Amino acid sequence: MNAFTYPADVDTDSAGTAGVSERPLLDVSGVTLQYKTRRHLVTATYRVDFQVFQAERYVLLGPSGCGKSSLLKAVGGFLAPVEGAIRLNGRTVTGPGPDRMMVFQEFDQLPPWKTVKQNVMFPLLASGKASRREAEEKALDCIARVNLSKFADVHPHMLSGGMKQRVAIARAMAMEPDILLMDEPFAALDALTRRKMQEELLQLWDDLRFTVLFVTHSIEEALVVGSRILVLSPHPGQVKAELNCDGYDHFAVGNPAFQDTAQRIHTMLFADEVETVKGLPS
Amino acid sequence: MTGLSLAPQGRRVPPVRPEYERTVATTGPIGDVARPLSLWERIGNITALRRFAVLAAVALLWQIAATWQNNPLMFPTFTATITALWEAIWRENLLSMAWVSLSVLLKGYAIAVVLAVVLTSFAVSTRIGNDVLSTLTSMFNPLPAIALLPIAMLWFGLGAVSLTFVLVHAVLWPLALNTHAGFTSVSETLRMAGRNYGLTGIRYVVTMLIPAAFPAILTGLKVGWAFAWRTLIAAELVFGVSSGKGGLGWFIFQNRNELYIDKVFAGLVTVILIGLVVENVVFRWIETHTVRKWGMVR
Repeated sequence: MNAFTYPADVDTDSAGTAGVSERPLLDVSGVTLQYKTRRHLVTATYRVDFQVFQAERYVLLGPSGCGKSSLLKAVGGFLAPVEGAIRLNGRTVTGPGPDRMMVFQEFDQLPPWKTVKQNVMFPLLASGKASRREAEEKALDCIARVNLSKFADVHPHMLSGGMKQRVAIARAMAMEPDILLMDEPFAALDALTRRKMQEELLQLWDDLRFTVLFVTHSIEEALVVGSRILVLSPHPGQVKAELNCDGYDHFAVGNPAFQDTAQRIHTMLFADEVETVKGLPS
Repeated sequence: MTGLSLAPQGRRVPPVRPEYERTVATTGPIGDVARPLSLWERIGNITALRRFAVLAAVALLWQIAATWQNNPLMFPTFTATITALWEAIWRENLLSMAWVSLSVLLKGYAIAVVLAVVLTSFAVSTRIGNDVLSTLTSMFNPLPAIALLPIAMLWFGLGAVSLTFVLVHAVLWPLALNTHAGFTSVSETLRMAGRNYGLTGIRYVVTMLIPAAFPAILTGLKVGWAFAWRTLIAAELVFGVSSGKGGLGWFIFQNRNELYIDKVFAGLVTVILIGLVVENVVFRWIETHTVRKWGMVR
């Protein structure tokens, strides 16, 4: 474990685009994330590299403690890397901004004092991206896309969990961000609603072709929702593998190919666990 | 090999039963799914009516107790008090005296609210501001406002300024304390959402933190109001006239000196009535149009 040494060279820009002609939308290079608790300095991820291209559904997958949420927060600009850099469209991310909209796991992400429509309009107005009339038009359109038109004038406390998450997705989509950041958005939902939401998200993606960075700890969800998966190992998070998984949907779950990939990822994560357990006593 | 010590014949197998599917009945045969409540149930649901019933019961108990005591000098009856109140309103300008008290109160209250907002905004945006607020509130919140009155009179003289000073002191600290507690209890997710919108500084405080902390702020406003009202009446009782005109406290004090006890009671009833109106009309209106509508309190 050499987690606490940082070489001086932070510039890892040249690693970027080899093999792919297009420039990556999001370029995460050599990112080490740390956060302080009262007693400890915890390293969440260690030198993580990955790139996300336009219209990809990029999934960060790993067990708890692999720093996947921290990575997403770093891309969101809420956490500054101690080493490495995060670039969006070539510009280094320095703080939170409306070009990267977050969808959180928690239901309390919607300001309760605003109706569904006002909630979707809020970021448009706060960022000065649209006039009141444009914002309203856009909000109603996005609310219709997530099938909540009937509830446009309702306050969030009247909605179910799944509906609240839909509002959060509509709110993020209305901003037309460069990249949509989703932090286990369906993890707090019941299994039936979760599946429905996954299908709806894929349908939306099919219509709009946005770019999404999606965090999950469920292998099945990663395979269904994602087009490419970054597998992370825990304590601290490091890149274990990057896999393609485009073309799997809910109907593919039983397929041998799907099961093979799921098994492969499971082995990766599981093998790692055995290693750390073996490593402990020494 | 046997994990459990149950004998093989003790292992029960669930019975295999036939499957079936049904078509679900429509609401027709079930009857009304939603039924209007009965008249009594609906009347019972009117909060104002229930509260009024409590008031009426208190008045009735008062009347019975006072009649039984039969000592109008010490303890006038409810009806005698109401008569005195009626007379004081028309003959002695009780309402304008109440207004004198109220206007001083509102001035002090408004100044305190502005100061509290400034202080807590400072406290949430910087760490030193946080330390300043925490230390000041823990110093001054336990200090009764009325205890500052002698000093205030020494500094600002016998006038409205002294009163305003103690009022600001009475309101500022509990309000700042509650507002700050409200700000710090705003969920991390909501904070991140606000910053995600690109909100910073004062816009972030005004558009995210204040509404998100509004239940706590409202509690602070209510507590501050009660403290202010109490402090004001007490201050008027102690040194009476503010800016040349007497307030409610002065009215009570004077009538006690002249042993018009029914008028003393009328003054007290006025204090109570104003308190009731502010709590049940003003604050309740704010509550139903904000935190209740937003589902932040039940």
